[in-house]
Amino acid sequence: MVHGTPRNRSGIAAAGRLILRRLGSALLTLLLVSLVVFTISALLPGDAAEETLGQSATPEAVAALRHQMGLDQPAHLRYVRWLGGMIKGDPGQSLVANMPVGQVIAGRLPNSLTLAGLTAAVAIPLALAIGILSALYRDTGLDRALNLMTLGMVAVPEFLVATIAVLVFSVTLRWLPSITVVREGIGWAEMLRGYAMPVMTLACVTVAQMARMTRAAVIDQLSRPYVEMALLKGLSPSRVVLVHVLPNAVAPIVNAMALSLSYLLGGAVIVETIFNYPGIASLMVNAVTSRDMPLLQACAMIFCTAYLLLMLAADVCAILANPRLRGQ
Amino acid sequence: MTPTVPLREESMAKPASTAASRVRHWLSGLSTSGRVGLALVILWLVLGAAGPLLAPYDVGAFVSPEVFDGMSTRHWLGSDYLGRDVLSRLLSGAQYTVGLALASALLASATGAGLALTATVSPRWVDEVISRFMDTLISIPSKVFALVLVAAFGSSLALLLLIAAATYTPGAFRIARALAINLNQMDYVQVAYARGEGRLYIATAEIMPNMIHPVLADFGLRFVFIVLLLSGLSFLGLGVQPPNADLGSLVRENISGLGDGALAILAPAMAIATLTIGVNLLIDALPGRGRRITGGR
Repeated sequence: MVHGTPRNRSGIAAAGRLILRRLGSALLTLLLVSLVVFTISALLPGDAAEETLGQSATPEAVAALRHQMGLDQPAHLRYVRWLGGMIKGDPGQSLVANMPVGQVIAGRLPNSLTLAGLTAAVAIPLALAIGILSALYRDTGLDRALNLMTLGMVAVPEFLVATIAVLVFSVTLRWLPSITVVREGIGWAEMLRGYAMPVMTLACVTVAQMARMTRAAVIDQLSRPYVEMALLKGLSPSRVVLVHVLPNAVAPIVNAMALSLSYLLGGAVIVETIFNYPGIASLMVNAVTSRDMPLLQACAMIFCTAYLLLMLAADVCAILANPRLRGQ
Repeated sequence: MTPTVPLREESMAKPASTAASRVRHWLSGLSTSGRVGLALVILWLVLGAAGPLLAPYDVGAFVSPEVFDGMSTRHWLGSDYLGRDVLSRLLSGAQYTVGLALASALLASATGAGLALTATVSPRWVDEVISRFMDTLISIPSKVFALVLVAAFGSSLALLLLIAAATYTPGAFRIARALAINLNQMDYVQVAYARGEGRLYIATAEIMPNMIHPVLADFGLRFVFIVLLLSGLSFLGLGVQPPNADLGSLVRENISGLGDGALAILAPAMAIATLTIGVNLLIDALPGRGRRITGGR
């Protein structure tokens, strides 16, 4: 990235190999993660057959249902079958909703992706602005103020931000609804009003994290000799930042973005529940309350996959950004 | 990251320096925000430890005819949704939040550091196995991991403690391992190997004392993460169960007072915020911190 033209073929091939290796490692991790999730959720506690039939069930009925659900098979066979179903997109039957888990999730996933997309669209420009500003004005009052602000936002729990937002915007000002309704055919204005608070809450935590990492990435570039050189040549500071520093900082910044976006996943658990938003995260919380294990496992795997994808993206950016890493 | 070996300030100061003057020296090196953080941390530690002794009323007693009452001389922070004294419940909640989080963070940091030291001084395959396992656990977002654990095991106080510790052990391990691996390459450690010292000695006497400062800073961060996790779980109704209540449960149970902006909901919310912000301010002001603030929440 830094030296555009004289990049030789072997460098690209090496980077490609490295990226392929990271991809393989991510797949292996995902496999291990599925093993952990399955082990915790399916092997240790009492079993689903007893749970479904309740305490008054006869042992014969439990045994029959257990056989029907395949719970009488050894653990490793159940794991392989479960994993196979997961890959084919059929993670089993939801115990509570009594319909295929795939269907339950298919109805919710687009909502969660919309929420995540909107939040990223708000958070990324804001975080970039804050991060770059505080890097440029580092160790001034502005930087310290922004630092305190982001530090505070990182430290405050999502439900607190959400509660205060509801208090201010729904209760006091009566601008926004406190519950996000998602249905077909609502107008743009209505939709924006509904999404405003969940997006704002989620963005708070993500922006703080992202801005701190952006600041670090830009400061790292500003301390390089080429920046000093450009300044000594007499270029204006704004030109140095926009033309010289930013192109070199793109990869570390994208790396920081991917890492911070993973905070969305945890935040979504709280935010979707508070605003009663029909997404994957609130579905997962419901699955925990009702101990609907197949649904819980599927949701957990979706979250882990999303997380690993973000980490992979961050890794790939780091490889592309660092010529020394490419050489390894 | 370059290997940081914290210089031991006490060895350079005059031998006559007392503990008090050392504390004063340390305080004078702290920025204003760091001191504010320290004050908040001490405040909440004291309130968490002495909470029930200071509480004016019994935690479960219905003492006010009014629900969601405002401030008064009898009830400093008003009353909650059942007419109980908010201040008393807050002090009791702080005890659960601070106590549980402290114990979990201690367990997570100790386990993480212990495993990291083991991985460092053990044969390569032990390191590979432990690291691979921790890398797997760290690839599960912490809230998701905690939810799966709660669904499987339930959420009694002891289990919550273990769940929070298990959730944040991999992060503690990763940081402690990076430190220990760096220290393991230092000359004085290599000399100790050459002297024929045992692995236990090298881990505890040579490596551990030199990584204790960054590990302590990381411990502070784990504490914040765990406070956020536990109060988040309690807020969802999956954490501390009634009749016990931590600060998160207090926000949840009084949520119907949100419309009136009741103190019963604002007070516990502010308590959590001041506690976590305080710890963060303190860690941020510690010398040699920095980059690590990015550890997985």
